[in-house]
Amino acid sequence: MTLLALEHVDKVFGGLRALRGVSFEVAPKSIFGLIGPNGAGKTTLFNVVTGVYRPDGGHVRFDGAEIGGLPPARVAGLGVARTFQNIRVFRSMTVLENVMVAGHKLHRSGVLSAIVRNTAHANDEGALSVRARELLEILGLQGQAGDIAGSLPYGSQRRLEIARALMLAPKVLLLDEPAAGMNSTEARELERQIRFLRDELGVTVVLVEHNMSLVMSVCERIHVVDHGETIAEGTPAEIREHPRVLAAYLGEEPSAGRTEREA
Amino acid sequence: MDIATQKPRWLLRLVLSAGVLAALYAANLGVQAGFIEYVQRIILIAGINVILAVGLNLINGTTGQFSIGHAGFMAVGAYAAAFTGVKLAPHVTALLGAGTLADGVTFNLALLVGALLAAGAGVLVGLPSLRLKGDYLAIVTLGFGEIIRILFNNAQFLGAATGYFGDSPAGLPTYTSFFWVFFWVIVIVVVVRNVTFSQTGRSLIAIREDEIAAEAMAIPTTRLKVLAFTLSAATAGIAGGLFAHMQSGIRPEDFKFDKSIDMIVMIIVGGLGSISGAALGGVFVAVTLELMRDLQQYRLVLYALLLIVIMLVRPEGLLGTREISLAALRRRFRQPERP
Repeated sequence: MTLLALEHVDKVFGGLRALRGVSFEVAPKSIFGLIGPNGAGKTTLFNVVTGVYRPDGGHVRFDGAEIGGLPPARVAGLGVARTFQNIRVFRSMTVLENVMVAGHKLHRSGVLSAIVRNTAHANDEGALSVRARELLEILGLQGQAGDIAGSLPYGSQRRLEIARALMLAPKVLLLDEPAAGMNSTEARELERQIRFLRDELGVTVVLVEHNMSLVMSVCERIHVVDHGETIAEGTPAEIREHPRVLAAYLGEEPSAGRTEREA
Repeated sequence: MDIATQKPRWLLRLVLSAGVLAALYAANLGVQAGFIEYVQRIILIAGINVILAVGLNLINGTTGQFSIGHAGFMAVGAYAAAFTGVKLAPHVTALLGAGTLADGVTFNLALLVGALLAAGAGVLVGLPSLRLKGDYLAIVTLGFGEIIRILFNNAQFLGAATGYFGDSPAGLPTYTSFFWVFFWVIVIVVVVRNVTFSQTGRSLIAIREDEIAAEAMAIPTTRLKVLAFTLSAATAGIAGGLFAHMQSGIRPEDFKFDKSIDMIVMIIVGGLGSISGAALGGVFVAVTLELMRDLQQYRLVLYALLLIVIMLVRPEGLLGTREISLAALRRRFRQPERP
């Protein structure tokens, strides 16, 4: 049972091999962590999965179908939503509009309906707004619905990106460093929200994050990459003690990989 | 919010439209009686500018693409409407008898043909070029505008460089009146407003704000850009048709590159991304250019200076991205009551 599977994915930028044969499988309704030092290729992996980059080798399968190389809008339409490491909210739009804009599936009436402002248009707008407010409430942003998105603090903008991605009714949600810029209270709240997404909305979550306490407590499986290569995969407990992971994060001691230190 | 008032809405709309038409008709009579022809002409030009600016703003303001070939679409509309009007008039008169009705029918059919062909040109240019961004798109649209002008310059059946004056020695019929210009201003402003404040409009703004994020939200960016381009071209086509029937003929040099620049000036002065700003900019350009006519050769110098001053003092344009609307006015008047 896998929802998202990468098979020997390669990505090359000029002389740099950003990804070298990375493979992993994400089970449905799981919370899957993807970690590694800076520059390991985590965001590149997200970009390959979501169609921003075309893989130079290997396969990306979602729900059994190949999605490697499809354009981003197609991949998103199939049910793979994402957030961005460098926040990309639509800054001049309100918080509510930011979420509504991702809700094409709820908006069947076209531009002609909008021009004549018929009942179908009014109903669609109503449905969009209701759903968007529900999602804002899940992320704790209901009080900011009318605010301009660019004026929100970073933590709130990250949660807004999650709400917006959820508007696509995705099967998989890829979160790229959602806790960056959040304080520890906000990060704990985020952890609760991520669990809620999986438990209540049935969304599979793939999480790239540097906040190790968040990753270790929320993820069921963790995949570790370094220099574009897989170095380990396992449960949080296994990863915590994996010698190659420790070496990648803390540096290798020439004598042996035996370290009791922990991040 | 409107859901509760759905049933009587069509009735309300009918009454509202009838009221607007009556008011337009009365204003038409007033303008014709109250102003000399010179002032009337400025008012018509202002109206046509409003259409051009509001249409172009859909591409350059709302969607954030930089198009500088809009005079090309206007030219397509102008020539198509003029030609259609000339060929259609005898048939319509034969059917309805000569008079205001026949003129109105001929004129509006001609305008619609102009809009349709301009929209077609919009698709033709939009499909290949909207994969380009920024400067590259600007260059393609600029090239398109010039190509259109040169095509008309060489089209013998449209009078080539001399211009198109129809089949009769009197030139093109002057159908364009205050009534029809502002009828189309209202139609186009309402259509553009309704598109802008809808899921389509939100998607267009999303493309402007962050195209990568828009794509990641499954927004069909290319299709929407072509849609904005097509709609915008159609409005320019209407403006072209209205322009063509204001005088006895149209010449290719009426649609030169500086015409496109004028339109860019209108939307930048008014405030990129604001419909009311674009309308204001359209009127502003028409009026200031006329007011400065006495300055003769210094006119364009002063005009450029004025633009520089506006850009220094209000770089976001007169209105920025704000809109003038009843709701906004109400909010403004209520504000002092709040503690």
